[in-house]
Amino acid sequence: MNRPLTREQTTTILQGILGLVLFVVLLQVWLLTTTINAWQGGDDSVLWPAAAASAICAMVNFALLRYLNRLAV
Amino acid sequence: MSEMANKGTAAPNGLPLIDQPAWRRDFPIDWPQDHYVARRDFTRFLVLTSLPFALMQLGIGVVSWFRRGRGRQPAKAVAALADIPVGGVLSFDYPDENSPCLLFRPDDKTLLAYSQKCTHLGCAVTPEPEKNCLYCPCHKGYFALDSGRPMAGPPRRPLPRILLENRDGVVYAVAVEINPL
Repeated sequence: MNRPLTREQTTTILQGILGLVLFVVLLQVWLLTTTINAWQGGDDSVLWPAAAASAICAMVNFALLRYLNRLAV
Repeated sequence: MSEMANKGTAAPNGLPLIDQPAWRRDFPIDWPQDHYVARRDFTRFLVLTSLPFALMQLGIGVVSWFRRGRGRQPAKAVAALADIPVGGVLSFDYPDENSPCLLFRPDDKTLLAYSQKCTHLGCAVTPEPEKNCLYCPCHKGYFALDSGRPMAGPPRRPLPRILLENRDGVVYAVAVEINPL
């Protein structure tokens, strides 16, 4: 049986998750700006790969949030 | 007070509870718990912003797909070839009345046409044939007259090129090439 996490441990895990989520959101911002730039320039080839990458990023973030909600406070 | 001390909480200024102002002693807060809740809520907010970003990416793909499905624009007569003097410039609209374009005839056998909207912020470019370029007065952008590529200033993308056809002495605009280079 797993020992319950201490408050310091949950706070450390939360900070790690927050850093990861922040990184992924920034990655999505970068993806969106570069996609719009390429699209405006007439390059359609990156649209769907970038959309898939952004969707995967969103799923990763929701998985991290789900894990966070399971943590005992 | 004793409960707060047992949990090992500490106010942001790091002083013990006895040295805190009266309002903090009267209304003690579990500061680590407060930080935890604030960061958790911020993380939730960030995750919520993640979904619109993904939806916007998908939206761009869908819009692009619908635009591609509309097919090629119909050809439009611009002018009779005989009415375009060598070295002259002609203004016309293609593919719709909100898309101003410029037609050049630098020599007897060459016809060039570009969208007049600057690829930086959409200002109207003006021709400068003596300098062999197109000039955007808004932010001093320059485009090469022979290719439409950006030469100086903020624009980074070439001017869309209008493809032309000579049909029995009449010049037709037949398509827009957004990234001709």
